[in-house]
Amino acid sequence: MKTMIEFTLNGEVVECLVDNQRTLLKMIREDFDLTGAKEGCGAGECGACTIIVDGKALNACLVLAVEADGTEITTIEGLVVDGELDPLQVSFIDNAALQCGYCTPGMIMTAKAMLEENPHPTENEIREGISGNLCRCTGYKKIIEAIQVVADQNKA
Amino acid sequence: MKFVGTSVKRVDGVKKVTGSLKYVDDIKLSKMLYVAVKRSPHPHAKILSINFEKALAIKGVKDIITGDLFTKRGGLYLEDKNFLAVGKVRYRGEAVVAVCAISEEIAQSALEFIDIEYEVLPAVTNAKDAMKPDSPLVHPDLGEYKWAPVFFPVPGTNISNHYTLRKGDAKKAFETADFVVENEFYVPHVQHVPIETHTAIAQMDADGFMTVWASCQSPYAVRQALSEAFDLPLNRLRVLSPAVGGGFGSKAGTTLEGILIPFAKKFPDHPVKLTYSRQDEFENAYVRQGLHARIKTGVNKDGKIIAVENEFIWDGGAYNEYGVNIAKAAGYASAGPYDIENVYTDSYCVYTNHPVGGPYRGFGMSEIHFGIEQNLDMVAERIGIDPVEIRRINGMKPGGVTGTGEVVEVAGLMECLDIAVDEIKFYEKSETVSPTKVRGKGIACGWKAPSMPTNAASSAIIKLNEDGTAHLLVSAQDIGQGSDTVMTQIAAEVLSISPEKITIRTGDTDQTPYEWQTVASRITYSAGRAVFEAANDAMNQLLELAQIKIGLSKRDLELRDGYVVSKIYPDRKVAISELALGLTFEDGSGIHGPIIGRGAFIPPNVRNADKKTGLGEHPVVFWTYGAQGIEVEVDLETGAVKILKVVSVFDVGKVMNPQLLEGQMEGAIAQGIGTALFEELMLKEGKVLNPSFVDYKIPTADDMPEMVIKFVENPEDTGPFGARGVAEPAMVPTAPAIANAIYAATGIRLNTMPLTAERVLNAIKAKNNG
Repeated sequence: MKTMIEFTLNGEVVECLVDNQRTLLKMIREDFDLTGAKEGCGAGECGACTIIVDGKALNACLVLAVEADGTEITTIEGLVVDGELDPLQVSFIDNAALQCGYCTPGMIMTAKAMLEENPHPTENEIREGISGNLCRCTGYKKIIEAIQVVADQNKA
Repeated sequence: MKFVGTSVKRVDGVKKVTGSLKYVDDIKLSKMLYVAVKRSPHPHAKILSINFEKALAIKGVKDIITGDLFTKRGGLYLEDKNFLAVGKVRYRGEAVVAVCAISEEIAQSALEFIDIEYEVLPAVTNAKDAMKPDSPLVHPDLGEYKWAPVFFPVPGTNISNHYTLRKGDAKKAFETADFVVENEFYVPHVQHVPIETHTAIAQMDADGFMTVWASCQSPYAVRQALSEAFDLPLNRLRVLSPAVGGGFGSKAGTTLEGILIPFAKKFPDHPVKLTYSRQDEFENAYVRQGLHARIKTGVNKDGKIIAVENEFIWDGGAYNEYGVNIAKAAGYASAGPYDIENVYTDSYCVYTNHPVGGPYRGFGMSEIHFGIEQNLDMVAERIGIDPVEIRRINGMKPGGVTGTGEVVEVAGLMECLDIAVDEIKFYEKSETVSPTKVRGKGIACGWKAPSMPTNAASSAIIKLNEDGTAHLLVSAQDIGQGSDTVMTQIAAEVLSISPEKITIRTGDTDQTPYEWQTVASRITYSAGRAVFEAANDAMNQLLELAQIKIGLSKRDLELRDGYVVSKIYPDRKVAISELALGLTFEDGSGIHGPIIGRGAFIPPNVRNADKKTGLGEHPVVFWTYGAQGIEVEVDLETGAVKILKVVSVFDVGKVMNPQLLEGQMEGAIAQGIGTALFEELMLKEGKVLNPSFVDYKIPTADDMPEMVIKFVENPEDTGPFGARGVAEPAMVPTAPAIANAIYAATGIRLNTMPLTAERVLNAIKAKNNG
């Protein structure tokens, strides 16, 4: 069975006739071709599929697409505005806070939602905030630093 | 130098932070078909019959195949495996039947309509048991298999490789030693856990040309394996690896690609795709092999080690095509980074009915050093000297001799050790924080050589464009380590143009030149050297043309900021853009044509060691040395170990990009901590008990300690700008340094990994009661 839903995706109102069983992640990746969010586990345990729904970071693999009806969704693709990278994206590059890049979109979206809610996190709050996003490459140090730099900019 | 040695930003950074980089699973092609795999529920069983008629009748199911379709065995070093089981299954989870359908859901749902009848065979799920004469044989036909001549399978047994190292006379030396210390260690299976699971797509054109997109570290190795397995000529088989979401060895060689080829052949113009679920990734990707190690050390009162005897028994699992080389690498590194006169080592790779072993960052080194470096601390304690002193006395120094009898010219181990000792403040007592929490410091050294064939080759092409920009083509894969950036830096340095003016292309066997494999921490060294050669070739062509144009000998010319410039008269110059397509004279005629630099490299003079003794003048290209100092805090009430600080120091030859290099070191520490403290692929009667992130934890941001990263730079003469590999070695000392620190804090010695809270607490209780 399918349902017609309407929601805001990266600032644009969109519609989709979606299978009731389909996850939000599948819909975003396959119906909208936004492949920045990744499926790392399909069980909400790795954070690679993190997107922002109504201001909150969410594992898109755990949510059914039909639940997106009426929401406002931002994916990693929505962070670039008028060709300008988001400060977090710039900071991740400047601080070499990425390696293979597979966890990076999810990691940045988690950080984005965290900074929206708490613009001045401590280092421990950053660690805790991203502890649901797994990265096998970096050892996290440079990711924490990259987020800290943006948080410090918020202070200024 | 302008670019080499500086923290040039990642050239793949923007694509990765914007989510626009297309990994294999992101590729959308029309008319796609999907594959699902029915796997064995038994660790060892004969396949009696397979009935898939009902599944084939399901609407949307296109075809179903079994191993009988392609019975030719393949493998990198030992041809022992098929992509689908033939005749029998040798581990739980082995692929038996593959279904191809128009959707993933249909392919998956068809699996339950396939009936497979098995005759269960006795299984062997412990490598030591598999060595016994009465053990069930995993590969009774081993004698008929083909293998590379540097490996020594023992047909009629489960031993797929018996490596021997015989230096001096260890037996005699033990008789004269003042003390002999002997211990056994066990390191369990662990998984690589890249965040991107394995995935591949295959598509055959109407004319029979096959294209494979694979998330793989080594497109040329995949091409070779598929070519042999399916009799596809290399010029009609293209392997692309567009991006790799983490490898750590698990995406070296081939795993699932071969399952797709028969379907792609049957349905021309239909891309056929298979993606591992996370559970598949835990159960069916290569695992790091388990290791039973016995280490015996003979030492004199003055601290000089005079003999070691090692026995390594590797649990290679059901197929050892790659694992045989891990047993070999561990064997030739078995003396550790120490100068020891008498060495006697047996390293066995052994078939069991366990998941398939394969390369994992460190290629056996992390596993053997867990024993070597703890045993060394025990030796030091026995003779009453400290852990640093025993390493200073025996550690490799320039002019020293390795376990394989090679005289070492460059060895920065002592410098690394000194810095690690200093930075961790080894001789200062740890702070006391509470009566129930104790702290201690441990030290460990490590070494590793690139574990690759003696003639593993690299190549590179540089094409100069008419605006003075360039394209760099290599098949070294950026699997996260940053090779795209470092290769670009090397080319930029030699050509004296900024890295932004160079576009690097990789991972396409039709378009980018040969690279053996992206493994063994060899890319900066080997592919880097090929890029260096290609850039020099392009430079020489430019100088040849410029000397005609400028009228000065090329000896007096150099490249500077996009120009060929006279070293003496800086105003006499010509832009490289002007020469990119050749030199044009005033009368309109031209010579030479486009500038294309070609670079090729094989490590020089690396020769096979003696087959019986393992000894050789130069059996490996180089050794990378390093040391780590670690401080831990142990909770005496819970057994929980907290890592407070890690100091990691390696002799990298030349720091090519400080920021990226730090990233490699930090990532290695994270993996080292995970495997040391809690990672274990739990196996019971061949079944993986924890195939999910809930049950198999990897380190999170919360687990990471303070990290101090330092480098020593004793150049490797054959490397580009003196660089040698370090990405794997950086993980090697972590686990034993943690174990040694736990001992310093608590007085308990743990010989089995991981050092879980439960294990630590039990040992503390046993010590208190004993």
